[in-house]
Amino acid sequence: MKVSDPIKKVKSFATDQSIKITENTYARVYKTNSFLSVLGNMSLFVARIIRETFSVHFEFKEFLRQCFQIGYKSLPLIAITGAIMGIVLTIQSRPALVEFGAVTLLPGMVAVSLIREIGPVVTALICAGKIGSGMGAELGSMKVSEQIDAMEVSATNPFKFLVVTRVLAATLMLPILVLFADAFGLVGSWAGVNIKGNVNLVLFVSQAFGSLDFIDFFPALIKSVVFGTVIGIVGCYKGYTAGRGTESVGIAANSAVVISSLMVIVVDMIAVQITDMML
Amino acid sequence: MKNLEEEIISKNRVRNASSEPLIVINNLKKGFKNQSVLRDVSLKLFDGENLVVLGKSGTGKSVLIKCIVRLLVPESGTIEVFGRNMETLNRQELDEVRKKIGFLFQSGALYDSMTVKQNLEFPLRRIRKKMTDKEVNEKIGEVLENVGLLHALNKMPSQLSGGMRKRISLARTIIVDPLIMLYDEPTTGLDPATSDEISSLINDVQKKYKTSSIIITHDIQCARTTADRIIMLHEGEVFSEGKPEDFEKSTDPLIKSFFK
Repeated sequence: MKVSDPIKKVKSFATDQSIKITENTYARVYKTNSFLSVLGNMSLFVARIIRETFSVHFEFKEFLRQCFQIGYKSLPLIAITGAIMGIVLTIQSRPALVEFGAVTLLPGMVAVSLIREIGPVVTALICAGKIGSGMGAELGSMKVSEQIDAMEVSATNPFKFLVVTRVLAATLMLPILVLFADAFGLVGSWAGVNIKGNVNLVLFVSQAFGSLDFIDFFPALIKSVVFGTVIGIVGCYKGYTAGRGTESVGIAANSAVVISSLMVIVVDMIAVQITDMML
Repeated sequence: MKNLEEEIISKNRVRNASSEPLIVINNLKKGFKNQSVLRDVSLKLFDGENLVVLGKSGTGKSVLIKCIVRLLVPESGTIEVFGRNMETLNRQELDEVRKKIGFLFQSGALYDSMTVKQNLEFPLRRIRKKMTDKEVNEKIGEVLENVGLLHALNKMPSQLSGGMRKRISLARTIIVDPLIMLYDEPTTGLDPATSDEISSLINDVQKKYKTSSIIITHDIQCARTTADRIIMLHEGEVFSEGKPEDFEKSTDPLIKSFFK
């Protein structure tokens, strides 16, 4: 495929039209072209993931291994973070509710905050750091050390083996991790309530779940699935398309974290708008 | 319709009798961005021979063998492997041809996250799908014994030395019984003693597995040990071609700079 140089095109157009163009403008043209190229390549990457997911010979064993790596191995981190979130949120909210004499609403308020927003977003951001960087670095180093080429020549489809399994595992595991984060968050919240009060677990659970509705769970779950897909796609894209030098591995890992974290926030904003319209 | 794999094997048997080339490359051109790497390369690999491709770094030797297995797509020219034009093959047909080609990467390219055993199982279970667990284990034992590393079965690649990694990588390549072997700088980064061992191993593989090989190298000792025929690349073109003894006797300054 012949790729035309955008700078050359602009230069020849400018010469034809007798227009003076500064180097700064050329740089902008180049930047815009690079951005559009990345966007185009990423779209093709996503299209290929969809195509390969539904093609024959699914790498089920590798998919299970990735579920273990992404899900099980992230569990301790998610559990600790979830519990601390619950404690902190409870302790921080208590004074304001005491002021209005509404301290009994504390379990319900924390539960709604955790399940609707804080649980999914914080879990996704942690996973963007842990899983996204892991995928970027692992696939990037496999590219640099010719391991992906080795798979290709041994008649294995490396895209299906490495990318599809990781993206699907992240998509499946993130909602499960979010549920764990929510559960540990509620346990943390119960501990937080009991620091300055005395509420038994049954009462806490009935107050917390009494304030929750199906509409609090469902959009958060859907949102978590999208977060997982986005983290998987960005991490794999950055790793799989990394350059050949060792420096590229660091760049792939770093940009995977930055872009997937940003994407999590953007997706969250869109999801909140959609949920708000539906309510 | 005849199975492609059977077709390749039967064609290869025909070739054994008529000594037709297994690989035919005509007027191959390949470049990156504005830099031309291969300008006009034509060569043939005949059945049962070790063809060494010599040349300075940057002359496009590795690019050449990556084009053969279509890891890189040439700009122009044709590559025929087992009589099949590589450019016209679809993914499935390409995989069938690749199953008959072993590729030893410069870095070894062992899968870091897998043990030596899993590295060897990986291509075997995908290419020889009907093999039982017992047959797979026997085959792994056989190739590890051939490269002298039976004790490394459960080690991770990070626990292996450079020479051991090359040997395991070679074992992973020969485990699927390829008809053609492509070696990309097999002795680079190794001490002279280990380099000699790897060169001898290349000859052993040729004899035991009846392979035909293209060996990319700039290590003259490796070339002397393994070559049946040598092609020298210079500035992206075939500079000279002949038997090792012709190169030894040559008075050309470029060739002499290699064969001191």
